Amino acid sequence: MLTHLPILQVIVPLMAAPICLMLRPVRLVWLFALIASAMVFLISVALLQQVVQSGTIIYEIGGWSAPWGIEYRIDLLNAYLLLIISAISTVILLSTHTSIQSELAAERHTFFYVAYLLCLAGLLGIAATGDLFNVFVFLEISALSSYALIALGNNRRALWASYQYLIMGTIGATFILIGIGLMYVMTGTLNMYDLSQRLPEVSDSRTVFTAFAFFIVGVCLKLALFPLHMWLPNAYAYAPSAVTALLAATATKVAVYILIRFIFSVFGVEFSFSHFPLQDIFLVLSLAGILIASTTAIFQQNVKRILAYSSVAQVGYMILGFSIGNPAGLMATLLHLFNHALMKGALFLAVGAVMYRVGGVQLSDFAGLGKRMPWTMAAIVIGGLSLIGVPLTVGFVSKWYLVAAVLERGWWPVAVFILVGSLLAVIYIWRIVEAAYFQLPAPGNAEVREAPLSLLIPTWMLVVANIYFGLDTRLTVGISESIAKMLFGVEP
Amino acid sequence: MILGTYNYWVVIALMMIGLFVVIAHGNLLKKVIGLSILQTSVFILYISMSYISGGTAPILEHGVELYSNPLPHVLILTAIVVGIATTALALALVIRIKETYGTIEEQEIQARDLHEC
Repeated sequence: MLTHLPILQVIVPLMAAPICLMLRPVRLVWLFALIASAMVFLISVALLQQVVQSGTIIYEIGGWSAPWGIEYRIDLLNAYLLLIISAISTVILLSTHTSIQSELAAERHTFFYVAYLLCLAGLLGIAATGDLFNVFVFLEISALSSYALIALGNNRRALWASYQYLIMGTIGATFILIGIGLMYVMTGTLNMYDLSQRLPEVSDSRTVFTAFAFFIVGVCLKLALFPLHMWLPNAYAYAPSAVTALLAATATKVAVYILIRFIFSVFGVEFSFSHFPLQDIFLVLSLAGILIASTTAIFQQNVKRILAYSSVAQVGYMILGFSIGNPAGLMATLLHLFNHALMKGALFLAVGAVMYRVGGVQLSDFAGLGKRMPWTMAAIVIGGLSLIGVPLTVGFVSKWYLVAAVLERGWWPVAVFILVGSLLAVIYIWRIVEAAYFQLPAPGNAEVREAPLSLLIPTWMLVVANIYFGLDTRLTVGISESIAKMLFGVEP
Repeated sequence: MILGTYNYWVVIALMMIGLFVVIAHGNLLKKVIGLSILQTSVFILYISMSYISGGTAPILEHGVELYSNPLPHVLILTAIVVGIATTALALALVIRIKETYGTIEEQEIQARDLHEC
């Protein structure tokens, strides 16, 4: 049983999804999905412990040894990511039973859980597998189910947003497929580890360059790196709140993981950073993304759109981290992966609670909510502070390490850009706070009460995590430091 | 040079046609068609690269030593299934967009959303 943990991670949600269709009362479906997700969470904790104690776990599916068979290879980076995804998904599932009541038609509730579990299986699969083609298949599993999840939104714009995401996402996936095909042509293997051994022999050929370019552009489409982010704001704004929380906290993180895995493990630092002007490209794009997306966020009226544009900016920070090209920068990226998942999860869950009580998330809907929904608003304030990077929150930890890594290189103008980005975050978070605490409630909002406990508890679990991991950084900093060393150490 | 690798030229032509249709056309159905053409070009890329001149199907038989690589074929079967799922989902979305907006032209949809704001 214990030896099969890597595959169980993916199989459990994948099998649970069709079983959901057979269960009748929606409450039971919810409970079942929650149990499945909680099981995955426990498995990921066990996996992380195993990896920390005894190193990389290699699991051969069906007993076929790599590179002929498919192999799941769980090293510290995989285990770390699996933990983030499964923890966030479980917390969000705690709240979905209440939150989708007001946002989804009753007959669609079961389908919501089916698509949710499939999406979870896809995301976990990407993080667990060591096979190139598996990455593509799981990417499409998670993408297809997230298109369906977004289209469940009540507003008709959700359909249009989902369609746009589908077009962009499929172009991205096709580019990834082209990249995979060209890599296979040059090396004759699909196993990532095997690939990393064989690619250096052929790294001067134009085919490998083309494969690399196609692959990176495809993944950047998926992770919404500026200027490939056009699909993201609408998709986040009009999807049901629980879906937005899941996608914002996990989907882009998985894409960042693919990028890290390929740049550092498969192609190697040597190829990515010296044969290719990747560092300059990423540096420029991430800084542009931070500034432009944060500025755009300031001018939005819909709070979900504000946070969506802020997500684009935060992806910029992650990409900036490894464009620095030293272990400290990669470590900042890895920290921000974890920390951003916590803050955006908390913020979107709190916004979901507002959606549940008020029925809208325009800034005008937030007027006067500071008094009427004190706990929800307090969660948004703390999440917002974390997003800005105020000390005692997780946001501070990742910004601190990022600025330190930038200064280690002596790039002080970049550090100024990071601080300007934080100031812009102050402005857009302030607009929400101002509406909630300093404006009189709209006449129709007089009846609004505090959100039910079933929404507050998951939100506050993430808020407390925001503060806890801002104070006690042993787990996150320790793990990301050893991952960064591992990734830079293997290919010096 | 060109004749010997003509199938790769076909791949590139199809790829560009597909991408162009997706970008240039405002009709949602035409975009889906463009997307399918783009995906098909990748299928042909995979199938071309596994072909070995003079090789036969990879079936164990006496006297046969040269055969095509079956792995890309298998991979592309999976990719075809993924492509079908994507197209089906896209078409389902187009149907629902038609039902709620009454049109499948990109510009009209955006105009109607702006109108309501």
